[in-house]
Amino acid sequence: MKTLLIGEYREGKLLDSTYELLGFASQMGAETAMLLVGSETQLPAYGGTLYLADATTCGEYNPDLHKKLILDAVQKENPDYIVFLHSSYGWDLAPRVAAALKAAQVSEVTGIVPGGFGFGFGFGFEVGCCNAKMRRTVRPNTAPAVLTIQAGAFPVEQMGGTPQLQKLASEGKGALEFIGYEPAEKKEVDLGKAEIVVSVGRGIGKKDNVPAIAALAKALGGELGATRPVVDAGWVEHSHQVGTTGQTVAPKLYVACGISGAIQHLAGIKKSDFIVAINKDKDAPIGEIADVLVVADVMQFVPALTAKVAPVSS
Amino acid sequence: MKLLVCIKQVPDLESRFKPNAEGVWYDETDLAWRMNEYDEYAVEQAVQLREKLGDGAKLTVLSIGPDRVVAAIKKALAMGADNAAHIQDPAAAVKDPWQIASIIAAYAKDKGFDLIFTGMQSQDRGSAQVGVAVAEQLGFACTTTIVGFQYENGTVTAKRELEGGVKGVVKLKTPALVTCQLGLNVPRYPTLPNIMKAKKKEITVIAVADLLSEAALATTASFHPPAKKGGGIVLEGDVGELADKVVAILKDKTAVLR
Ligand SMILES: Cc1cc2nc3c(=O)[nH]c(=O)nc-3n(C[C@H](O)[C@H](O)[C@H](O)COP(=O)(O)OP(=O)(O)OC[C@H]3O[C@@H](n4cnc5c(N)ncnc54)[C@H](O)[C@@H]3O)c2cc1C
Ligand SMILES: Nc1ncnc2c1ncn2[C@@H]1O[C@H](COP(=O)(O)O)[C@@H](O)[C@H]1O
Repeated sequence: MKTLLIGEYREGKLLDSTYELLGFASQMGAETAMLLVGSETQLPAYGGTLYLADATTCGEYNPDLHKKLILDAVQKENPDYIVFLHSSYGWDLAPRVAAALKAAQVSEVTGIVPGGFGFGFGFGFEVGCCNAKMRRTVRPNTAPAVLTIQAGAFPVEQMGGTPQLQKLASEGKGALEFIGYEPAEKKEVDLGKAEIVVSVGRGIGKKDNVPAIAALAKALGGELGATRPVVDAGWVEHSHQVGTTGQTVAPKLYVACGISGAIQHLAGIKKSDFIVAINKDKDAPIGEIADVLVVADVMQFVPALTAKVAPVSS
Repeated sequence: MKLLVCIKQVPDLESRFKPNAEGVWYDETDLAWRMNEYDEYAVEQAVQLREKLGDGAKLTVLSIGPDRVVAAIKKALAMGADNAAHIQDPAAAVKDPWQIASIIAAYAKDKGFDLIFTGMQSQDRGSAQVGVAVAEQLGFACTTTIVGFQYENGTVTAKRELEGGVKGVVKLKTPALVTCQLGLNVPRYPTLPNIMKAKKKEITVIAVADLLSEAALATTASFHPPAKKGGGIVLEGDVGELADKVVAILKDKTAVLR
């Protein structure tokens, strides 16, 4: 069984998430080859075959060219699985490769379900659904099959060594023109250093309820965080957003108020030492990561808690 | 200019989900339905463009599913779409993303659409595949996860959202397809007069069999709740007592409370 792993490179740098692909491949017990549109000065610590194309000529975001390069490597390697990260690069490119090969795609894989599925190597893949509340096992009906793996679901694995390079080149413009990057907005609040973060989610119901949660943050001596929908709706400023497209936090205590626990939010809070979640839904996925899940109406519980809190003054 | 927006109707995600009799998807009894959140941004962007272009433009909304999806279609019409195609398919939920994409592509093929809007993903299945697969099948230029959109003379300038809040700016020529991310705009609420007006707009019903010619490339073998990880404490009951319990736990397990 062989996997072709598609590495990631952005703004002139190899992305560490590339090593999660190796973690996945070793859980599969699969042979590997890797493809990267990157630079010879930024090679991954990987001892296998690396198909390398130059990002200065092929572009960092040029899906038509990158698709061609991958199809070229697929022809040479004949892999059983072509594996991407489920990232802005992967979810954009994977369906294009799958369509070209008319191959099955399984998106945002979190686990490998071995055996008994009848086709090829018989693997099924576990994926989240219904806002991460439920799971599906999906079986590809084609070989090769295309997979995107969920960020953080598989361990980072640095295998070491120097890759055997197979250089690829591609020309032409592709249908899109990449103009450039826009940096992330400046953070006015550095949540990364906060020891306590109290975050609001859509479950607080309305903007008028934000101060009641901010009062708990204040009583605890912490900072206010927020989920993306709360920020998009203008209830809280963007600089407070926690998650993959906001900030990553690592506090001693994280309090999630009316937050469902979507993977993109969890990715930003995983490093918290202790997580308390308040949610009226006992099955909310935040319960899978929380140390304490308080099943209650957040607007009743939080003021009650605020009244009883006396922080350790520093 | 001809515009198409594809919408999926999904259950209220705060519902409790149970496997159906076959164990491959959720049981639909007692669920409340609404428009996929990502698709609301797609509809809003398409309507804004339709308004900007004026009478020279026409916006069609398409949804594949059983009769209940007409409610979502009507919402899109009330938001400002001109007409609709309801691809009638009671079994849409068990089709894979490739098949759903092929149905949309078969519908769109000869209609001369210049621009197609989809959501970046559906909230219930969340494959993030259908939009891109439609573009590939139609040979349209395509970009994904957009949080900024402008259209001028056959060129779309879109801002893609990348990890960590960085954005990538891209230009693409029509015919093109974009997949829309949360926060792209502020989706409008349909007003009562527009809801009334929408009642007169045309909804063409097409049987799925007329458009589907592809077999599924992937199959769902099971639908189930996550394995319980345990570990965490679950507290229920009177709010005052809960607060006392949480304070006690924080004093015991963390160094943040006195
Ligand atoms: C590419 C991408 C990037 C993203 N980046 C981020 C990111 O950086 N950060 C982020 O947060 N999200 C991000 N998202 C969005 C993410 O997928 C979720 O949509 C979002 O995190 C959900 O926010 P929420 O929990 O506030 O809202 P919801 O999912 O709507 O959850 C609300 C919760 O409140 C509960 N609730 C409702 N009423 C009450 C009540 N009265 N009392 C108690 N509980 C109640 C409900 O049971 C529910 O669990 C991203 C999505 C994508 C696709
Ligand atoms: N049944 C459907 N009818 C119409 N459009 C759909 C349907 N399913 C998915 N889509 C579109 O494809 C997008 C991505 O869906 P998915 O690939 O399932 O995550 C959605 O946001 C919709 O715009």
